[in-house]
Amino acid sequence: MKNNPVVMGIETSCDETGVGIVRGHELLADAVASSVDEHARFGGVVPEVASRAHLEAMVPTVQRALDDAGLTLADLDGIAVTAGPGLAGALMVGVGAAKAYSLATGIPLYGVNHLSAHIAVDTLENGPIPEPAIGLLVSGGHSSIMMVEDLAGKVTQLGASIDDAAGEAFDKVARLLGLPFPGGPYIDKAAKEGDRAFVRFPRGLTAAKDMEKHRYDFSFSGLKTAVARWIEAQRAEGNNVPVNDVAAAFQEAVCDVLTQKAILAAKEHGVGTILLGGGVAANSRLRTLAVERAEDAGITLRYPRPKLCTDNGAMVAALGSHLVSAGVAPSVIDFPANSSMDVEVVSLANRL
Amino acid sequence: MRVLAIDTSTAAVQAALVDLDDDELFLTSFRREVDARGHVEKLAPFIEGCLADAGRTVKDVDAVVAGIGPGPFTGLRVGMVTAAAFADGAGIPVYGVCSLDGIGANTRGRALAATDARRKEIYWAVYEDGVREGEPQVGKASELPETGADYAIGEGASKYAAELPMEAEATPIYPDLVKLVELAGPRLLAGAPSEQLTPLYLRRPDAQPAEAAPKA
Ligand SMILES: [Zn+2]
Repeated sequence: MKNNPVVMGIETSCDETGVGIVRGHELLADAVASSVDEHARFGGVVPEVASRAHLEAMVPTVQRALDDAGLTLADLDGIAVTAGPGLAGALMVGVGAAKAYSLATGIPLYGVNHLSAHIAVDTLENGPIPEPAIGLLVSGGHSSIMMVEDLAGKVTQLGASIDDAAGEAFDKVARLLGLPFPGGPYIDKAAKEGDRAFVRFPRGLTAAKDMEKHRYDFSFSGLKTAVARWIEAQRAEGNNVPVNDVAAAFQEAVCDVLTQKAILAAKEHGVGTILLGGGVAANSRLRTLAVERAEDAGITLRYPRPKLCTDNGAMVAALGSHLVSAGVAPSVIDFPANSSMDVEVVSLANRL
Repeated sequence: MRVLAIDTSTAAVQAALVDLDDDELFLTSFRREVDARGHVEKLAPFIEGCLADAGRTVKDVDAVVAGIGPGPFTGLRVGMVTAAAFADGAGIPVYGVCSLDGIGANTRGRALAATDARRKEIYWAVYEDGVREGEPQVGKASELPETGADYAIGEGASKYAAELPMEAEATPIYPDLVKLVELAGPRLLAGAPSEQLTPLYLRRPDAQPAEAAPKA
């Protein structure tokens, strides 16, 4: 198989139109057009608004990525695209485009899993991933602990949020505190000025009985409700709500559970590496806490720079490049965009 | 010149190769399947099939013509992004044509061309001897304003025949790809610059406003 294949990755599962190009583990281009500003006034991503923006941005973003990389389509060894999970209408724009580029150029096409791509992006920063590894993926759409035995084919999920994704909890609590959307960066910023121990909010699914059934699962909706109640109670008594302190205490509860369970999963599975990924992996407290706890546990913690943690085409390209190198068969052109794609399907060639 | 034509503005997933010489049009190969949820799975294989049926390769295609709606958004976008990306990938121009014209431009007399906009609504326009009057509209089939049309035709006309005030063609008619190429003919033959395709949405996005923020 070809060493260091040049692969273009297309990502449209949410509100970022991302096109990345890599050569092996080297990032050549990472073009992203975001419609996040259009969603801000709604306090969440509006699928139809996102899909419209994807269609508008698709071809120009591909061209920008090629220009940034100093390449033409003819230089590519593969095209990879997020086939799911994500917003159905949004995914279809990327999948439609990727198929058409593949048809028009004859370049092999790989329909891949968004979650595995979040793991693969780490190769662009830190080189090949030691297998097995544990992936902790946290974003507005997912909060999962993944077991990566083979990034080219065997990725399983050890646990996931049973209700809200961590990023959703950040958005909702930000709204309670009067902070803008998306909530993550604003809460992170406010929390820096706050007291993490100001109040102890609940850590979901950590009680002994929950740990039996939901050992590696998360729950954040109870936490959000607890924050809402606490704020209400303060207001009812005529107290001011200390935004920075509440942000810090809430963020601590989220990061505590995420890191605790990821470390536990690594220890119990005898895995020496944890990879952080997803938009919430850009959170400064999550990183600090994960670094501390991994060090104490003698586990190697890896994470890419914040820009690569959020949704982008580079992560899809990174996974595509890994699949091409591993000699995985391309996808057949009639594959669907699957909004609820099974996390354990790394690429659609798996099903053939 | 050889043209790839695509339309996904209706429940029909459609692709064709059409030859255009001066004002002569010839349908070389054609694929269509009525599957309102199958656009993203079927369209690319249909294009591949059209090329194979015609014994041609991508290099033989000189331009792409796409229906730009109006039509249900998700399926419509699949066709349009496919057209735009295929053209970009092949280094050829792409041109957009109103999909309703692919129905209405084939009519004689005074006709209403209508496609299914879902939720009991239709996308429609009035044609006088095949020439459209004004911009396409969207609205409830049962609340159509006075149009003076003698009959209605198209997928939306057959589906909502009972609600329309005029006679409606019972067979669902979908945009005719040869007609779309004919309508783009002047641009194709003149080698006009490639276009950024913008869908005729006619409706604003359904945006669920965020839950009301708690009183501060
Ligand atoms: Zn993501």
